[in-house]
Amino acid sequence: MPAPESHSEYTEETAQTADGAEAAFPPFDPTYFVSQLFWLAISFVVLYAVLSRFVLPRIGSIIEERRDRIADDLDTAAQLKAQVDETRRTYEKSLTNARARAYAVASEAKAVADAEIAEAIRQADADMETRLVESEARICKSRDKALGEVRSIAANAAVMAVEHLVNLEVSEHDAAMAVDSVKG
Amino acid sequence: MADATNPIKQFEIHSIAGIPFGDWKFDFTNSSYFMVTSVILVSLLLSLAMSRRALTPGRAQSMVEMLYEFVTAMIRSMAGDAGLKFFPFVFTLFAFILMGNMLGMLPYFPAPGFHGFTFTSHLIITFALAMSVMAVVIGYGVFRHGFKFFSLFFPSGVPWPLYFLLTPIEIISFLSRPVTLGVRLFANMLAGHILLKVFAGFVVMLGSMGAIGIAAAIAPLAMVVALTALELLVAFLQAYVFAVLTCIYLSDALEPGHH
Repeated sequence: MPAPESHSEYTEETAQTADGAEAAFPPFDPTYFVSQLFWLAISFVVLYAVLSRFVLPRIGSIIEERRDRIADDLDTAAQLKAQVDETRRTYEKSLTNARARAYAVASEAKAVADAEIAEAIRQADADMETRLVESEARICKSRDKALGEVRSIAANAAVMAVEHLVNLEVSEHDAAMAVDSVKG
Repeated sequence: MADATNPIKQFEIHSIAGIPFGDWKFDFTNSSYFMVTSVILVSLLLSLAMSRRALTPGRAQSMVEMLYEFVTAMIRSMAGDAGLKFFPFVFTLFAFILMGNMLGMLPYFPAPGFHGFTFTSHLIITFALAMSVMAVVIGYGVFRHGFKFFSLFFPSGVPWPLYFLLTPIEIISFLSRPVTLGVRLFANMLAGHILLKVFAGFVVMLGSMGAIGIAAAIAPLAMVVALTALELLVAFLQAYVFAVLTCIYLSDALEPGHH
């Protein structure tokens, strides 16, 4: 075990140099109090100087820088969000407008179409009416004509009947008169 | 073998380079070595971790930033924003003690003699640190508030006859602060390291007693492992406690009236 041996040699040697103060509990051994205080003061002052001059400001500046950067980024994000909101509002407004316009156009077209349909129906009705009247008139005429012909046929028939029965010549005019009288 | 199991041996101080100055010894000792090493390590580690100055920190840098913000938050909560002017002082104290405690956790260290040493396990060191805190408290308190600093000993909102009782108590509690501050750190480090060494000594003693001894040595070995974990916690905790109490005492210097 080389390490512990050298260790013990070392401590024995120093124990001798420390005037053989074997009995004293090391933390209360005043031999090196001055040395400890002296080196503590040097160490602490040097560390304080290094940290407060160089190291801590450096750390602080980086943290500060990051904090600023984050705040900036948050600001930018907020601005962008406002822009997005604005854009969306515009978009929604134009969408509503377009919708309203489409509705107006549609209802207008519907009204026009309705009017046209109504007009067409009215015209068709009127057409029908005139044609009905015309037809009735023609029918009346035809009937009258037919009825007129019936008179002459009846007269003819009467002439022929008389001729056949009594062998008497009757003028067509007389026959017609007779028919008329019968018809009353 | 006696040295290997002697739990006190680790606290011994021995000179590396003698610097006598009249009757006084300013020797560079193993304690000095560890203090100087701590200073170099703290400065170096912090500088190296921050060397890249990355906006998105790496592992080392975020560790250092966490430490920085940890100390900042501690001062803020204990002494308010005004206490931040003592930030370098508190941070230096915290880092120095923490590094000293942590170096002490290493059983072997590239040091003269190759054995670990904990400079915070010496009362003279911890007491000197505590006195420096009190010096800053009193120095700043008197500089800032003059005679009003001593209103610290006269708590406000108390009927005046009570001052006969309260003022001596306040003075005693104030005077005992450096003692308790120093002794707390010293005693924790000393006791922890003695305990570690005692159990480690059991392992060595049992290990030299043949097969059964080696088997039995597992118990103290497990204990040493557990104690090492505990001591790592204590090493951090005591540095933290020292810094927190420093903040509390500094808050007295900042606002002596408020209690």
